[in-house]
Amino acid sequence: METLRPDLAIIAANVAPRSRVLDVGCGDGALMAALRDSRGVDARGLELDAGNVASAIARGLSAVQGDADVDLADYPDHSFDYAILSQTLQTTRAPDVVLEHLLRIGRHAFVSFPNFAHWSVRWSLLWGGRMPVTRLLPVEWYATPNIHHVTIDDFRAFLKTRDITLEQAWFLSGDTRRSSAAANFLAEHAVFLLRR
Amino acid sequence: MSPRSNRTEVCIPSPTWASASGMSDDPRFGLSRHVTLPGPLRLDGGGLLSPVDIAYETYGALNAEGSNAILICHALTGDQFVASEHPRTGKPGWWTRMVGVGKPIDPARHFIVCANVLGSCMGSSGPATVNPATGRPWAMSFPVITIRDMVRAQAMLLDRLGVGRLTVVGGSMGGMQALSWPATFPDRVKAAVVIASTARHTAQNIAFHEVGRQAIMGDPHWQTGDYYGGDAPSAGLAVARMAAHITYLSEAGLTEKFGRRLQARDAKSFGFDADFQVESYLRHQGLAFTDRFDANSYLYITRAMDYFDLAEEHNGHLANAFRQTKARFCLVSFDTDWLYPTAESRAIVHALNAAGAPVSFVEFKSPHGHDSFLLDAPEMNRVVDGFLRAEQ
Repeated sequence: METLRPDLAIIAANVAPRSRVLDVGCGDGALMAALRDSRGVDARGLELDAGNVASAIARGLSAVQGDADVDLADYPDHSFDYAILSQTLQTTRAPDVVLEHLLRIGRHAFVSFPNFAHWSVRWSLLWGGRMPVTRLLPVEWYATPNIHHVTIDDFRAFLKTRDITLEQAWFLSGDTRRSSAAANFLAEHAVFLLRR
Repeated sequence: MSPRSNRTEVCIPSPTWASASGMSDDPRFGLSRHVTLPGPLRLDGGGLLSPVDIAYETYGALNAEGSNAILICHALTGDQFVASEHPRTGKPGWWTRMVGVGKPIDPARHFIVCANVLGSCMGSSGPATVNPATGRPWAMSFPVITIRDMVRAQAMLLDRLGVGRLTVVGGSMGGMQALSWPATFPDRVKAAVVIASTARHTAQNIAFHEVGRQAIMGDPHWQTGDYYGGDAPSAGLAVARMAAHITYLSEAGLTEKFGRRLQARDAKSFGFDADFQVESYLRHQGLAFTDRFDANSYLYITRAMDYFDLAEEHNGHLANAFRQTKARFCLVSFDTDWLYPTAESRAIVHALNAAGAPVSFVEFKSPHGHDSFLLDAPEMNRVVDGFLRAEQ
């Protein structure tokens, strides 16, 4: 089995065995394949890129080419145990609507995103005066698919205003886990488990 | 890859193709098979058809578990010669890019069945076959049939061949059958591959078909369908084919292939010869088609497609068509297909999601319009191969 990206490894380790999962922005299906092979999960994927969809289907997964901003509306309420959105939230046109759909479709939702308040991002803006190009945000401003940057504190505040229950959170610097202390400054990456 | 170049690899049944485990001795299996089933087949239109003739081919062998059967459903003017030489045209099978040794649908691994649809003209019951009650061709007294009638006839054939559960694969009208199969026999279908297809004919689809039918019926040789033994309405059938053929291509594809180039001349003739290459091409397509297809069959099959509306058969909700089935689905569309555009596939995906069915879908880019599914499409092959190999 291939090595999962750290945020995906966290999600994979916390999905209940034999549950039903919708992976929104499933890429080539790495997480779905891991969930299927190690936990007997019935995973379905939604992915924008045709080549990625083809790769996911070619490895025997159920993947649908589609756009989270458009196609999530087609999924029935509570049709999955988990809806997963990893590294995709910041690329959507309407992240709030996408999140509401996730919590409607899944009984739980995993959301992971790069933290725009990480010190290296702040450093880049403060001292360089330039849009940050980092390990997790590797593309120049004009070409980036990340159109709705978000910080950990932004996200926590959003959960409060929308009355969304935060079940658990994980924080990463590099590939290693770190505590929630000063996460908004020190964590490069966050994974949240949510429910309505 | 030109059609000619893969001719040698597909046309001759190698020992692996039909001969494994004693199936070679069984006259039910092999190339150019024909069976007369007693029926009766109860038709959606209300009548009964009896007997039911079905012409078909099989490649490969059914395994001991009976778990490797794949039914390939052909399109409007297709036939059972999916991977073997067409007896009238001498051309290689119509889907040798998908079906053959080393291909996604492989006789070395699968038991492959392809049958001429009900209403067609390559050996299965249709208007050109003889009505046993009169001793004369059915012509227009043949009952109007539906896609579901075609599927039920295929099921009768598969019963005869000892096939229980199966995978169904089809493009275009074959895709309609691949959708109708799990809706009609929910316990029998393991997986369905639906390529460049739709769950219903739109007004535009019906409109193009009506142009073709009127061209046939307006041909003086049509004689209200009783032309067998005399001159066939070839001019009308050719025009029907020309009109339909345009819908199988794309503007970009036609422009790339022909542009405004003139046909074997340096200047416009100021007459009505085929000045343009595209005219010459269409005339050739129309004419060649009349050598291999029956005009009345064209009327009946286009009618069956126009009547197709899978939601209508299930109280107006497409999702209802799939609520009973455990089948997995794989849908493929092409971005330049304006006959059955991607939106039609998406509507099916939506319904399958609503029904909770495992579904995969991908839209591929291709300049070739609806016909893309018959052409070289390595990405489509990769998807179909992976989908077929994934057993639940």
